[in-house]
Amino acid sequence: MEAATNAVPEIRLRDLTKQFREVLAVDHVNLEIRTGEFFSLLGPSGCGKTTTLRMMGGLEAPTSGTVEIRGNDVTRQPPERRPVNTVFQNYALFPHLNVFENVAFGLRRRHETKDEIRRRVGDALALVRLTGLDTRSPDRLSGGQQQRVALARALVCQPMVLLLDEPLGALDLKLRKQLQVELKRIQREVGITFVYVTHDQEEALTLSDRIAVMRAGQVEQLGSPEELYDRPRNRFVAGFIGTTNILDGEVVSVSQDRSVVRLGTGELCPGPGRAPAAGQPVELAIRPEAIELRAMPGGAERASSLGGSPDGGASALRGNIEQSAYLGTGISYIVRTVGGQLVTVLCTRPADRFDTGDLVELAWEPASALVLAPTDEPGQAAAQSKTDAQEA
Amino acid sequence: MRKGRNIPLTVYALGVYLFLFTPIVVLVLFSFNDSPRNFMWRGFTLEWYPVLFKDARVLGALWISIQVAAIAVAGSTVLGTLLGLGLARLRGGFGGGIADTLILLPMVTPEVVMGISLLLFFALLFDAHGSILQIAISHIAFSISYVTIVVRARAVSLDPRIVEAARDLGSSPLSAFWHVTLPLLMPAVGAGAMIAFALSFDDLIITSFQAGPGSSTLPLYIYSRIRFGVTPEINAISTIIVSVTAVIILVAWRIGAVKPAKPQPTI
Repeated sequence: MEAATNAVPEIRLRDLTKQFREVLAVDHVNLEIRTGEFFSLLGPSGCGKTTTLRMMGGLEAPTSGTVEIRGNDVTRQPPERRPVNTVFQNYALFPHLNVFENVAFGLRRRHETKDEIRRRVGDALALVRLTGLDTRSPDRLSGGQQQRVALARALVCQPMVLLLDEPLGALDLKLRKQLQVELKRIQREVGITFVYVTHDQEEALTLSDRIAVMRAGQVEQLGSPEELYDRPRNRFVAGFIGTTNILDGEVVSVSQDRSVVRLGTGELCPGPGRAPAAGQPVELAIRPEAIELRAMPGGAERASSLGGSPDGGASALRGNIEQSAYLGTGISYIVRTVGGQLVTVLCTRPADRFDTGDLVELAWEPASALVLAPTDEPGQAAAQSKTDAQEA
Repeated sequence: MRKGRNIPLTVYALGVYLFLFTPIVVLVLFSFNDSPRNFMWRGFTLEWYPVLFKDARVLGALWISIQVAAIAVAGSTVLGTLLGLGLARLRGGFGGGIADTLILLPMVTPEVVMGISLLLFFALLFDAHGSILQIAISHIAFSISYVTIVVRARAVSLDPRIVEAARDLGSSPLSAFWHVTLPLLMPAVGAGAMIAFALSFDDLIITSFQAGPGSSTLPLYIYSRIRFGVTPEINAISTIIVSVTAVIILVAWRIGAVKPAKPQPTI
C-alpha cells in the first residue's frame, strides 16, 4: 500500500458531478482509489454512492468532471471499452442463458477460443465455489448462488477494477456475513481493486481498506475504518458509523489534557484537551463502549446533584438506568442523566450488572470524548473532500 | 354454495360461449354434410376436402394469401418490435401518452375507413391499383399495432440492468440488443408474428379495397363464391381457416408473450 501511494491511482475522480433534472445526485466529488485496495462508498440511500459507481463503470454519463482509470481519462468511453466490470445490485443475470453462458458472456464478446472460454469459466466458477452448476438456469439458483454467478461473470473478464453495487443487499443476514468473508477472500486471491457500494456501515467496516462516507452527493469523510470510527469528523459520520452518544454543550474551561463542558442540560462533563476556547459551543461524541458505569454509594437515593466530581476519575455525569438490553457480548444500558440527557452505554464486563432505576456515575477518559466539527453545510464538506483527495 | 363455483355465473358463461361458437360449429358440421346444398343434414362425408385441394382457383387464392401473409408478417414483426421496444423506453410523459394513443388508433379505426384511406394513399401517391405488395403493405399498416402492443408489454417488464450488464461485459449497443434484448423479447416477437399472420390471413374488408386482378386472397375468393350460394366446399375452406387461425392464436398465447414477461427477481 505504501508503494501505491505515490503511484498513479487506480481510479481518480475529479469534480465528478451528476445532475438528474432538479436533483444534484453527485456534487463535485474528488476521490483517489489506490491499486489493490478494497474501497467502499458508504452512505444512506440517495446519497449518490450508486450514481458515483455507475459513472465509474460508464453506465451513467457525468454532467461534469472526469473519471480516470490508471491515468487514462475514460469519461467519454462507453462501458464496453472500460477495463472495469460491475456486479449489479439485483445481479442482473441473463435469464435466457444458463450459468456457464452467463459467465462466458464477456469472453464470447471478445471472441476468445472455445478452449480458453471453457478453461476460464471453469476457473471463475471454481473461484466462487459453484463448480458443477454450469447448466443450471439462473432462476433455479438461490439468491446467494445468483450473487456468486454475478461475481464470476464479472471477474472472468479480468477487469482492473471490480465495481460492486450493494451486492449483498438482497440476502439475509447470515448469508450476507458468509459472503462478506468470501468476498474478502476472493479479493485477496484475484488481487484487483474492489469499489464497493453499501449503506451497511458494519459491512463497510468489516470489508474495507478505506471508506468514503457520502451524504447528499458529497464525500463527508474519507479514511480507514479505524479513522472513521475513532475520529469521525462531524456529527453525520459519527452517527452513521457505529452507535455514538452526541452531547451538545459549551466549553467551560480548557487545560493541558482535559476540558470541562457544560451540556445543554446544565450538567458538567469532561472533554478532551483539544477543544475550542472557553465559551465556544461544542459537540462531543462518545462511543458507548468508552463509558464506564459505576454504582453510586447509597444507590437507592435519586441522583440529584448537578455537576461533576472534579477528583481523580474522569466522571462527571450521574443518572439512573432507564433501560437495559442483553446483547450476548455485553449489556447495553440507556442512562437518563440528572439533567435529562439520554446516554447509551455498552458494558462488556459481566461484573457490571445494574437494574433499572439504579443510580450510576458515568465516567470516561477525557481523551475518549471527541470534539466534532460543527455540522457541515454540504458546501463545506465538498471543500473538505478536496483536501482529503490531495492528502491521499 | 361450494367454493369456486357460482351457478348463475357458470350458466351465463356457457350462454356466452354458446352464442359465440354455435355459428362456427354449424359451419364446421356442414362442411361434412353429404349434400351439395347447405340446408339439410344428409349424412357424414369427407368428400368436400379433397375437392378443395384439386380446385385451381382455391389453391391460387391460397397461394396469394400466403405470399401476402409472409410479407405482412415479416414487415409488421420487424417494425412492430422496434416500435414496441422504443415505446417501452418512452414511458410516461406527454410524448409517451400521444405515442400510446396513436398506436392504438389503427386497432379501433373502422376497417372500411382504413381500407379507403389506404386505397387513396396508394392510388394518389403511387398510381397503384391493386397488387400482392399493396395488400401486404396494407396488412402491415394495421398489424403493426398488435405486434407493438405485445412486444411493448414484455419490453416494459425487462430489467434495464440486464442490458447494462451486457454493455458492462463488453457488448456494443447493437451486440447487446442482438444477444440479450432480442432473445428475451423473442416470445413476444413470435406471438406478435403469429397474431399478424392470423390478421393478414383472414382479412377481408381492407383487402377488398387493395386487391386488383390476379391478387385475390382466399377470403376474397370465398366472398365472391358466396354470392352464388353457400356450398359445403366453402364450409370446408372456412373450417380450415378457422382451425389454422385458432391453432396459431393458441400457440401465441401459450408461448407466453401475450401475457407480460415473468418479473425479474428484485430485492
